[in-house]
Amino acid sequence: MTLTAFETAPLYTGADWDYDKVRRVYDAIEKVALGEMGLDCYTNQIEVITSEQMLDAYSSIGMPLFYKHWSFGKHFARDEAMYRKGQRGLAYEIVINSNPCISYIMEENTMTMQTLVIAHAAFGHNHFFKNNYLFQQWTDADGILDYLSFAKSYISQCEERYGHAMVERVLDAAHALMNHGVHRYPRRRGPDLRNEERRARERLEHAEATFNDLWRTVPTKAGGPSPLSNRDRRRTLLELPEENILYFLEKKAPRLQGWQREVLRIVRHVAQYFYPQRQTKVMNEGCATYCHYRILSTLHERGALTDGAWMEAMHSHTNVVFQPDFDDRRYGGINPYALGFAMMQDIERMVTHPTQEDRYWFPDLAGKGDPMGALRDAWANFRDESFILQYLSPALIRKFRLFHVADDARDPEMKVAAIHDERGYRAVRQALARQYDIAWAEADIQIVDVDLVGDRKLMLEHHVMNQILLDEEEARSVIQHLADLWGYEVVLAEVEAPGGTPLRRINVSPRVVLGGG
Amino acid sequence: MFTIVDRRLNPSGKSLANRQRFLRRAKEQVMRAVRDASAKRGIRDIDMGGDITIAPDGIREPTLRRSSTGGHRNYVVPGNKEFMSGDKIKRPPQGGGGGGGNQGADDGDGQDEFRFVLSREEFIDLFLEDLELPDLAKRKLAVTDAMDWHRAGYSVAGSPANLNLVRTMRNSLARRMALHRPTGDEIKALRQEIDDLERTGRDRDRLEQARLALAEALKRTQRIPYIDPVDVRYNRFTATPRPSAQAVMFCLMDVSGSMTEHMKDLAKRFYMLLYLFLSRRYKHVDVVFIRHTHKAAEVDEETFFYSAETGGTVVSTALEEMARVIKERYPPAEWNIYAAQASDGDNALSDNTKTAQLMTDFILPDCQYYAYLEVGQEGMSPGLPYGGGPRETDLWRTYKQINAGGLLAMRRVTERKEIYPVFRELFAKDKAGQPAEVSA
Repeated sequence: MTLTAFETAPLYTGADWDYDKVRRVYDAIEKVALGEMGLDCYTNQIEVITSEQMLDAYSSIGMPLFYKHWSFGKHFARDEAMYRKGQRGLAYEIVINSNPCISYIMEENTMTMQTLVIAHAAFGHNHFFKNNYLFQQWTDADGILDYLSFAKSYISQCEERYGHAMVERVLDAAHALMNHGVHRYPRRRGPDLRNEERRARERLEHAEATFNDLWRTVPTKAGGPSPLSNRDRRRTLLELPEENILYFLEKKAPRLQGWQREVLRIVRHVAQYFYPQRQTKVMNEGCATYCHYRILSTLHERGALTDGAWMEAMHSHTNVVFQPDFDDRRYGGINPYALGFAMMQDIERMVTHPTQEDRYWFPDLAGKGDPMGALRDAWANFRDESFILQYLSPALIRKFRLFHVADDARDPEMKVAAIHDERGYRAVRQALARQYDIAWAEADIQIVDVDLVGDRKLMLEHHVMNQILLDEEEARSVIQHLADLWGYEVVLAEVEAPGGTPLRRINVSPRVVLGGG
Repeated sequence: MFTIVDRRLNPSGKSLANRQRFLRRAKEQVMRAVRDASAKRGIRDIDMGGDITIAPDGIREPTLRRSSTGGHRNYVVPGNKEFMSGDKIKRPPQGGGGGGGNQGADDGDGQDEFRFVLSREEFIDLFLEDLELPDLAKRKLAVTDAMDWHRAGYSVAGSPANLNLVRTMRNSLARRMALHRPTGDEIKALRQEIDDLERTGRDRDRLEQARLALAEALKRTQRIPYIDPVDVRYNRFTATPRPSAQAVMFCLMDVSGSMTEHMKDLAKRFYMLLYLFLSRRYKHVDVVFIRHTHKAAEVDEETFFYSAETGGTVVSTALEEMARVIKERYPPAEWNIYAAQASDGDNALSDNTKTAQLMTDFILPDCQYYAYLEVGQEGMSPGLPYGGGPRETDLWRTYKQINAGGLLAMRRVTERKEIYPVFRELFAKDKAGQPAEVSA
């Protein structure tokens, strides 16, 4: 009891923060997070910044250093205007998926906010970055800052050497295609020599083991095995179809210069780095929100946080996880913080206090009694889409009163396809999961062929799902950028996904050839 | 294990380079917006930053995204209250409400007007760039007679109050060393030696030598003065004319019925430029608005530009009013006085002589510069010589006869785009510098 009595002294009082308090709070949080919750984090680096620097950080997509481009200035100008008018507050924190994990805290915030931010970002997000499979697979936390610093200096060198306008054009084009500059699946690694040799030996052994002389006597078609058609041969050579457009251009565009390929490569790497974040908004924020809630409530229970600080923290917390209804003026889609936090709490509830329904729906989970184990497992092995498909419980669907609306443009009215009832749970869950599936949310566009013997026309296909075509005006300007990079005509054919009925063709010739001659 | 780093002292404005790139990119639109914004502003507000709104052409960031209409869509939304499965719902108007779904939030981006804030410097730069204003900093403006005294090295003559002790003593020391004037210590040492030798009475020869040496040393001290008039230095001051830090700008305008909105707009633009120009050169610029019909009155800016008056046209009343204001509030010795008059050139016939006389006797001697701007109807060919009319107007003819020695400048303007060239013409030549010499 004497030990706990020692712990019950509040870590701090009052609103002002100083380095000593931050250190004390950090240590207390660390004890809870690593010791009791079993989180596994990169080393933390906490940086104190001003609100102006926070605005700066916004404009370069949160990265501490980034190359220069007008679009960041545009975002900065808008954020600044909105911030000055009070239409929008600043984020409390920004955290960077790097090792050491950098989180920003603002000097204007109170000590309680700093505590909240440290628990949220430095432990919640940090754990997620380090352990989620997508981040492990696609991002290199150790190297990202070095890479960005390389990218920044490389691009500024290019600007000096080739002029601002030229670099800007390449960057504009690359940015337009940024979403189509990611590898969605791990690629086949190039064969290394040792493996090649082993595989050749295995093939030989296999042939020897299964040798049968009779095969020699089987008659073959006249003229030997049918050769590949020209089209197939060409496609194999160019490794088509290819959905990573930037990658294809970087490797195969005939007229680009070396530095232009490198610029495309930089943009592609940045896109790839952010690809996991786009797929894990709900989980990432849910994880961080759950962590700060759990850590702070533990500290409060032990008396390490004063009641006032706890109330202040909860005030911000409830603001963050507020989910307005669809008919509310404030509605702007489903709040990832709200959904994520609710799902994490729901998992905790099912693991510790399951109902009959939970036992039926989640036999593996209900009543297992180790909430942190279950959560850590979920955080490590899922992304938004699969997480919702796996873990969204009927209880939560009822709580959010989710319903599924099907909207077919051919019908005069929309139809309620499913609601939060016995018949609808699965349908609602599936539809919601699909909303978070990036493969459904983004158009499926692939490079299918190049007319190498003719006019080097580049052919793309958009596989149209649900009869939703591309926004024509936007598509035309993106394809224009693409044509500028490719250097010859580009055709985008939109075809019905099953069946391949052509729906529309967008045909664009390059207006300026970016590559030299 | 963690580190905490204070980044607050890091240089801020990391995104400045991005902002400049953005402004360069959106220059055309920003320029148009600045032009529109400056037309709406008051003269004194011209050099302030502010909100501007531009159309998103050219700063769009296109992506390959699905269109927001058509096709078959699925939404999952929270907050069901009365719907059962199978219910039909009316489609909400354009995207919002139930139909927004996940994509609704992102789609709005960049579609509507883009709004942001320009700083004061950015605004002025764009405004001036729009007008292609030359480097005005090199132009000399008239100065008044007030003088400032500045240190200007040393002189060998001056009043004792300005004696520079350090310089004087340094010179004296140098001279004394050069001429081998015995120092006090040397003499003291000789005296001491003589004293010692006399007391002991041993070395007679040495005593004799020492006495001689002392006599010689004392003689030198008398011949070579400690401070000689050639050593003395005085601080030297010169008088430099001090540019007066305040200016007053008189805006005179005919507001009789014949002045159209277009003409007033031309005048306003000219006043704006002049104000901008003056406020760059002077710390403090006052603006006085005098409007006239057949009688003149000093008014505020709002009334000056936007309220109509009826009546005849008697220019001399405005000049009288101006002379009165100068006499009351702006003594020419302390103020740089500039005047700009805008008119369509009408004047009552009987008034011309009086106007000319007022100008030569009262107005021009007090002014640094008097610009007369004759504004014409819109659409009149600029080739026509006089304010759009076929012949010289009364006022033009009157002013032409005044011999002002470069003080009075006259130009005609019929279109907005001529304002800047005319302004430049008026201020390009180095005539503004001459009046000061004439009056000095």
